[in-house]
Amino acid sequence: MSEAQTSKMAVSDETVIKIHKMHKWYGSFHVLKDINLDVKRGERIVVCGPSGSGKSTMIRCINRLEEHQQGDIIVDGVELTNDLKNIDAIRREVGMVFQHFNLFPHLTILENLSLAPIWVKREPRKQAEETAMRYLERVKIPEQALKYPGQLSGGQQQRVAIARSLCMNPRIMLFDEPTSALDPEMIKEVLDVMIELAEEGRTMICVTHEMGFAKTVANRVIFMDGGEIIEQNEPNEFFDNPQHERTQLFLSQILAH
Amino acid sequence: MESVEQKRNIISTLWNDKEKRAVIIQIFSIAGLFALVWFMIGNAISNLDALGKGFSFDFLFQPASYDINQHLISYTSRDTHLRATIIGIMNTAMIAVAGIILATVVGFTLGVLRLSKNFLINRIVYIYIEYIRNVPVLLHILLVHGVVVHSLPNPKAAMTFNDSFFLTKRGFFMPSPDFESAMTVVWIALAIGIAFTFWFRRYAKRVQDETGKIFPVFLISFGAVVIFPVLVYFLAGSPITWEIPVLKGFNFKGGMVVRPEFLALWLALSLYTAAFIAEIVRAGIIAVSHGQTEAAYALGLRPGRTTQLIVIPQALRVIVPPLTSQYLNLTKNSSLAIAIGYMDIVATIGGISLNQTGREMECMIIVLALYLIFSLSISSVMNWYNKRIKLVER
Ligand SMILES: Nc1ncnc2c1ncn2[C@@H]1O[C@H](COP(=O)(O)OP(=O)(O)O)[C@@H](O)[C@H]1O
Ligand SMILES: [Mg+2]
Repeated sequence: MSEAQTSKMAVSDETVIKIHKMHKWYGSFHVLKDINLDVKRGERIVVCGPSGSGKSTMIRCINRLEEHQQGDIIVDGVELTNDLKNIDAIRREVGMVFQHFNLFPHLTILENLSLAPIWVKREPRKQAEETAMRYLERVKIPEQALKYPGQLSGGQQQRVAIARSLCMNPRIMLFDEPTSALDPEMIKEVLDVMIELAEEGRTMICVTHEMGFAKTVANRVIFMDGGEIIEQNEPNEFFDNPQHERTQLFLSQILAH
Repeated sequence: MESVEQKRNIISTLWNDKEKRAVIIQIFSIAGLFALVWFMIGNAISNLDALGKGFSFDFLFQPASYDINQHLISYTSRDTHLRATIIGIMNTAMIAVAGIILATVVGFTLGVLRLSKNFLINRIVYIYIEYIRNVPVLLHILLVHGVVVHSLPNPKAAMTFNDSFFLTKRGFFMPSPDFESAMTVVWIALAIGIAFTFWFRRYAKRVQDETGKIFPVFLISFGAVVIFPVLVYFLAGSPITWEIPVLKGFNFKGGMVVRPEFLALWLALSLYTAAFIAEIVRAGIIAVSHGQTEAAYALGLRPGRTTQLIVIPQALRVIVPPLTSQYLNLTKNSSLAIAIGYMDIVATIGGISLNQTGREMECMIIVLALYLIFSLSISSVMNWYNKRIKLVER
């Protein structure tokens, strides 16, 4: 897949996530400062920045794993408030993949995948399992369906976690450093799956330091530092011509090795 | 010269091979163990001979000639030592079962409360647990017994609730039920309710598998097992008459009574063990990582379902093994009953029977064997349960 191909892929004008003047505090610690971000349907955004800059906190606000204290977050036309109905609706539309996979260790792979369709979407088991098998085939591990997460390698577990999210057919996928807990030889198998997802035109926000991935699939790269969005640009411009001093410093550090 | 060298070689190869070394060690340990047991039995027999005592269990069939105040089956002092032992076994079993139930209920409740975000609840439970855990269980038993026996009133001045429950230093007196014939209908209703629940749970699962529909299984089960029989009870014209205890002379007659020894032992053992169980439950719930609940929330599961499907099954795996040792501890600690005169295994066969017959060896063997049987039964049930819920690891 070449860069030219991906960047050509359609991004609609419709805004699916709108974050407006959002602030968040942990106690007295101002962790997110005046975040403004519009994400269009089909857009693929890579978020990077030094550790502790608030990347995870920002994307976790989008599906309400964290609560923001000021400003608005509107996902697919639904505003995030304390209204449980809204939170339910948004979580159905937003899938999330974690750094440490967070598979359910007491359930088989197949049960991990069919759990939410059965209990949230109230699908018949057979239908949920068929969907699950389809997605397991897409992440290329259908033969592991009846094993338990503890029996799989890290790369396989992360692919299961991606498939588990996809089973709910979310329109938006959030990734929080999906490859940083993996051994180098497993990173590629996970990135390959993510590139395929990007090709389908699913909206993605991905916190990662895999710059090759960012160049291949992202429409936009966002750089955060100290709880603020410092700079955002389309990938080529972002890497070749960073505007901010902090961005330059960060890029020189991660590209150094 | 060479053959000596070779022999040494064989020994060193055997000793350096991991599997063979294990076998050698086992052979030596077993041989050593047998030698020790052999020596002890021989020693005991010769010493018993020297004392002029044989080794025999005949005394079990002689009259016990002592009284036991709490017995589930009939017993008088003319009954045999064997029957006294059986009474002791029943009393131990009763305290163990009742204790395990109460300790589990209180322990799980406290464990969950201990995780409460409410500062006051959290602190109170914490202080309670620390106080209970740090005082020896024997003191708890003596303390509760002292409170029951010394600070509760005489039957004449009994603390009463509704003139049918009486709390006195002689025990806790309650009305006993007298079932009329119409009660059969209620029992049948209860049986139907239980059978229905078993069937309904499977039915609900099948319907969910086939159509995705989710029934409120807990509510419907509760209705079938509790509400339905209660309704039938009233429709049948409340076919229970209660025999209310009445004060006759110095004590209450009629009704049911929980004796002060049982009450004290039961409360002390259960509340003591509950404090440990609470800590185990708390640790078990905390052990389920935050990432697990987050993953469930991110998939759209509500907190209640997350607890049911994700947290409890994983927490139980951490909780069950140490819970088993608490059950064993409670059962073994019940032998402290002797301190307040509750007639359990130790007080009957291991106490009065032993003293009266002078059969120390035989009595202690019986007591040890009985506790072994109790402990092994509890651990085999718990191990079976633990296997069923165990995590599959790589
Ligand atoms: N639950 C929390 N309580 C207090 N501070 C937190 C919490 N979670 C994260 N933080 C702090 O917020 C900042 C941003 O964290 P995070 O969003 O995880 O950063 P990143 O993902 O960019 O590494 C860090 O300084 C972190 O220490
Ligand atoms: Mg992070």
